[in-house]
Amino acid sequence: MKARRLSAPTLLLLPAVIVLAAVVVVPLILSFYSSFTPFRLTRPETFFTFIGLRNYQRILSDWNFWVAFGRTVLLLTVALNLEMLLGLGLALLVEKATRGQRVLRTIMMFPMMFSPILVGFQFKFMFNDNIGLVNNALQSLGLTERAIPWLIDGKLAFAAISIAEIWSSTSIFAILILAGLLAMPKEPVEAARVDGCTPWQTFRYVTLPFVMPFAYIAMTIRSLDVARAYDIVKIMTDGGPAGRTELLWTLIARTAYSDARMGQANAMAYFSILLSIVFTVYFFRKLAAARTQIGAEW
Amino acid sequence: MATVSLKKLTKRYGTMEIVHGIDLDVGDREFIALVGPSGCGKSTTLRMIAGLEEISGGTIEIGERVVNDLPPRSRNISMVFQSYALYPHMTVRENLGFSLKIAGVAKEETDRRVAEASAILGLDALLERRPSQLSGGQRQRVAMGRAIVRDPDVFLFDEPLSNLDAKLRTQMRTEIKKLHAKVKSTVIYVTHDQVEAMTLADRIVIMREGYIEQVGTPDEVFKRPATRFVAGFIGSPPMNLHEATVADGRLVFSGGGSLPLPGRFKATVSAGDKVVFGLRPDDLYPVGHGLQSGDAADVHELELPVTVTEPLGNETLVFSEFDGRDWVSRMLNPKPLKAGDRVAMSFDLSQAHLFSAETGKSLRT
Ligand SMILES: Nc1ncnc2c1ncn2[C@@H]1O[C@H](COP(=O)(O)OP(=O)(O)OP(=O)(O)O)[C@@H](O)[C@H]1O
Ligand SMILES: [Mg+2]
Repeated sequence: MKARRLSAPTLLLLPAVIVLAAVVVVPLILSFYSSFTPFRLTRPETFFTFIGLRNYQRILSDWNFWVAFGRTVLLLTVALNLEMLLGLGLALLVEKATRGQRVLRTIMMFPMMFSPILVGFQFKFMFNDNIGLVNNALQSLGLTERAIPWLIDGKLAFAAISIAEIWSSTSIFAILILAGLLAMPKEPVEAARVDGCTPWQTFRYVTLPFVMPFAYIAMTIRSLDVARAYDIVKIMTDGGPAGRTELLWTLIARTAYSDARMGQANAMAYFSILLSIVFTVYFFRKLAAARTQIGAEW
Repeated sequence: MATVSLKKLTKRYGTMEIVHGIDLDVGDREFIALVGPSGCGKSTTLRMIAGLEEISGGTIEIGERVVNDLPPRSRNISMVFQSYALYPHMTVRENLGFSLKIAGVAKEETDRRVAEASAILGLDALLERRPSQLSGGQRQRVAMGRAIVRDPDVFLFDEPLSNLDAKLRTQMRTEIKKLHAKVKSTVIYVTHDQVEAMTLADRIVIMREGYIEQVGTPDEVFKRPATRFVAGFIGSPPMNLHEATVADGRLVFSGGGSLPLPGRFKATVSAGDKVVFGLRPDDLYPVGHGLQSGDAADVHELELPVTVTEPLGNETLVFSEFDGRDWVSRMLNPKPLKAGDRVAMSFDLSQAHLFSAETGKSLRT
């Protein structure tokens, strides 16, 4: 009897399939499965107890989870919108520069070159209430008497985290929007000027619709980024004090590693992936609409 | 509607001067064509009139008002760009109505004027489409429509037909002519196609390297070119232009061949003068195959060998050799000819031009 042999294409693809399965598919399935178990890292045997949707029920009725969820959505909204506005402004300024544009473009990208961990440490230092740069400056200028508890008050800490996020990622928007501005044909702008537009109207009705698709690309990329925002928050406040800056991922990490409740953490993680998907789909929709609008060929 | 007047208009980029102090007066409702070879400064001049390009010197007046420092939106002009420059994110209807919307014109009035323009240009079926869904010719018509809804003082066109194929170009040329008859406004039309200029314009301005060579009606620039450059630029196929020296009442060409000095120039040139002799292909033809325009005494005949023929159906362009060069002639009621045939050619010298070899200026008085 002839032994069955695999065809050449199958054989050639096999290593890639095996590697992918080992590093992506298997962990994915295992983690998804574990979200239906009371799995605790300290008690491995719990991995085999199936409890159905109980983890999901528990987190969905947990107020703390919803607060973290809401705060994450808020951070996404605030950070993305401000980043877009600032990025747009930066891009417009850089595009206006007649000299040294290359240097400016490079400088603009500096924040992207730092690890988020470093950014976190830097801002943690700057916002420190005793030795921080910000309080020092405010006090020297006589703007405040007392030290402001930047990283301790919940609202201020949220603002501080947003500022760090925005500082580190505005350049993504700026670069993409600048690319849009540079790719933009000059004639419609000139036509608008002849058609009677003030500079503001030209921007509002001609330039902005043209660069919006580029902003949406940046939004899509960033929405994934912020939705998994962990590093900066971890360093700056670690979700504290007392959970006042808890975001989804700090909560999940705490549940998984400090409390060792891996099953429940995985349930949270799978639920929050929904959030990312919703944001991404939303921006893709916007992008597609904006693209057809400007009749883009790409 | 308004006049446009350029006085000593100059444009410099850095130290490089591109337009050298040109003067031009465009009458109310006049159709002016700016022609010239690529890079001669036509677009630059037009863009200065539009206000899209800063003026380095001189003044521009539109309707007796100096507009040097006015932004484009305050000049009440419309411009049609070579690349159409439609707003890609707006439908045809929105493109047409955009300038009115900006000007704060009421909705009903906007709709009425858009409908009017769309009817004139046959855009009714396309109003809801976006520019990316239109063909080149359709985009061209939208660009034109966008210009006319504004009812501006002056229309500026920058080579609006150069992206179209030959057939569509001819068709749109006629459309523009009709349009001008209908909307009756001042038009400044840039083109490098002299046929477009000849067919459309009331007057033609021929530019060269930032200077104006001649301003005149199509008939004037064709029949009485002021310079050798204009003579060579206007007319298709171009005028035969060859250098010669005056001697003994004859024009002697460099190869030794000669022609009688046309009577009209006897008083203006003297022996030893270096000149450029010019004769249009229409005034050089195989005997009996042309239209003699002047006195028969001025027609000079020579037998010449044919080098190339280009049949065009109703006529044939015949290239024949005289004094070692090709001379192009137009044969009406063509008969078959082939290279190498010897043909008797008529030189209608009453229509000949002479230019100074040194300055290029016409020697006609
Ligand atoms: N921004 C600029 N900087 C320097 N030189 C320029 C600039 N814009 C145009 N020029 C020069 O000015 C001259 C006139 O340009 P212009 O565009 O007016 O030519 P044109 O007559 O419209 O030619 P075409 O028929 O090719 O459109 C050209 O030699 C061009 O190189
Ligand atoms: Mg041009």
